[in-house]
Amino acid sequence: MSAPVAAPGTPPLGSTSSGTGPPNGPAALGSIRGGAVGDRIYRWTITGFALCVPLLLALIALELGSAAWPAFRRFGLGFLAESHWDAVNGRFGAGPAIFGTVVSSIIALLVATPLAIGAAIFLSEFAPSWLRQPVAFLVDLLAAIPSVVYGLWGIFVLVPLLRTHVMPFLSNTLRLGGTPLFSGPAYGPSMLAAGLILAVMILPYISAVSREVLLAVPRSQREAALALGATRWEMIWDAVLPYARSGIVGGVILGLGRALGETMAVTMVIGNRAEISASLFAPGYTMASLIANEFSEATNELHLSALMAVGATLFAITLVVSAIARWLVWRVSREAGT
Amino acid sequence: MTAASRGGLRRSHPSGVQRAFAARTGRTLGRRRVVNGAMIALTYLAAALTTLPLIFILALLVEKGASSIRPHFFTSLPVPVGEVGGGMANAIVGTLILIATAAAIGLPVGIGAGLYVAEYGRSRLATAVRFLSDVLNGLPSIVIGIFAWQFLVRPIGHFSALSGGVALGAMMIPLVTRTTEEMIRLVPTSLNEAALALGYSRWRTSLAVVLRTALPGIVTGALVAVARIAGETAPLLFTAFGNQFWSVRLTEPIAALPLQIFTYAISPYDDWHAQAWAGALVLIALVLVISLVARFVTRARFGAAAD
Repeated sequence: MSAPVAAPGTPPLGSTSSGTGPPNGPAALGSIRGGAVGDRIYRWTITGFALCVPLLLALIALELGSAAWPAFRRFGLGFLAESHWDAVNGRFGAGPAIFGTVVSSIIALLVATPLAIGAAIFLSEFAPSWLRQPVAFLVDLLAAIPSVVYGLWGIFVLVPLLRTHVMPFLSNTLRLGGTPLFSGPAYGPSMLAAGLILAVMILPYISAVSREVLLAVPRSQREAALALGATRWEMIWDAVLPYARSGIVGGVILGLGRALGETMAVTMVIGNRAEISASLFAPGYTMASLIANEFSEATNELHLSALMAVGATLFAITLVVSAIARWLVWRVSREAGT
Repeated sequence: MTAASRGGLRRSHPSGVQRAFAARTGRTLGRRRVVNGAMIALTYLAAALTTLPLIFILALLVEKGASSIRPHFFTSLPVPVGEVGGGMANAIVGTLILIATAAAIGLPVGIGAGLYVAEYGRSRLATAVRFLSDVLNGLPSIVIGIFAWQFLVRPIGHFSALSGGVALGAMMIPLVTRTTEEMIRLVPTSLNEAALALGYSRWRTSLAVVLRTALPGIVTGALVAVARIAGETAPLLFTAFGNQFWSVRLTEPIAALPLQIFTYAISPYDDWHAQAWAGALVLIALVLVISLVARFVTRARFGAAAD
């Protein structure tokens, strides 16, 4: 393994030594012991690059915070709970957008989580070896499709399908039309459409993390369960899944982070209306789609600042969510890895 | 089931309790088997349902997009509604320019930060950078977009390709940092030590030996990052902004494939919808080609070590 890796690395040892010339003999020791100017410059350079990461994050926080400040000063923290978003009369509240973000993400998680974990179990436990690679590749490919292409598919396939088949089926055939969740006319662009398209988009993330975590569960765990007489499913349910639980939860939260901030596909299918409705058939807004939809049409400073405040809120929420997810996944990989 | 009935046969006079127990064991074992079979079947179904959307989407893209892909699609500019023909030449070139700008920012910073994290892995800054680059990676692209608007577009006063490139570059940094770190960790320490023992200074060891050995992996990571940002739309909405005309200047608004697809998709015209499908097919092809090249680079240079 190391031979082919070493091969491309070896030539420069000899060939470049004539350049600046690594010193020969005892003088070399001096340069290795940290006296060399080059080492110090190199160290400062890469430290500088490394510092770019926290600085960039701080800069984003600062820019968003200062742009959002006028809106927060005007409306206070009540901005987050206020349910009116009325650009014409200058009343701004992030309520509808936060509500829409939460609801569409919940739908996405409810649909995607069982499917993603099921697919991960299939890939790690049951798939015949010839099928394992192609299916894993296809699931990974799902993550590579640009958001705007999902949106295109949503507009021309998913939304018409919902309008003509799924929504009438839910409200008429299943007689759920009377319940608040499925009431109202079936336009097509709706919270339901946004949730479903998000589900498809976060599937590969949850599935990939779950698969990795499941593969990290020790063999002995499985063998012990089988030796006790468990069926294959009982082995997974009682021995493998509990062991992998916090890692899978981390994957789900990672997916949640993606769903919360997903913009284009949601903007294209959610209908973009700043109202809070219990019905999944009603159009709505998410924080991201609100920004995408109104930002370039913002009429005055306050409107712009309110949109920035929505952005800053989204920034803060995803910051917390992804920190939790990383912490969970990191904890599992530390336990399993070493 | 069989175990239970055999147990029942061996004793000549099973008591009522024993018979009931045997029957219950048989029943529960049967139920356990049914549950087992059903749940395994469900995981098959889940895997099928997970891969189906991809197949549907790709098939539809080819079906709807291929008919609009003509040579002029790649060579001509967009035309107004109602006129025949028209293409996305400016958007394709614009996307390539945006990718190049983003790479010019994201690659050096990402690789440099990755080098630092790999070499000074135990320092407090390295731990922070590793964690924060994951956090940065999790930020919604629209947030990066409005940040770039506030940071570059607002002070300058107009949209520009440069601000779009900066937004995409910011998204590349965490991706490149993490893959660079992982690839450098794969380089055997013995190689590092050999170079140092030969009298190489640290910086030359890092650049000429370690970085060079890890290069194929880093190239793969860079390509994956490029594939990921190539299709991004949200960060470009308020930065690169889009342009119906030919422009290759960094200081002016520039067209981009994802933006063009978005504009056409939400328009009410059938001609433009057809163009949107064609654009999406080209975009997907671009992303897939980059991803496949990335895989190929890893395979070719690293051989079996990558798998």
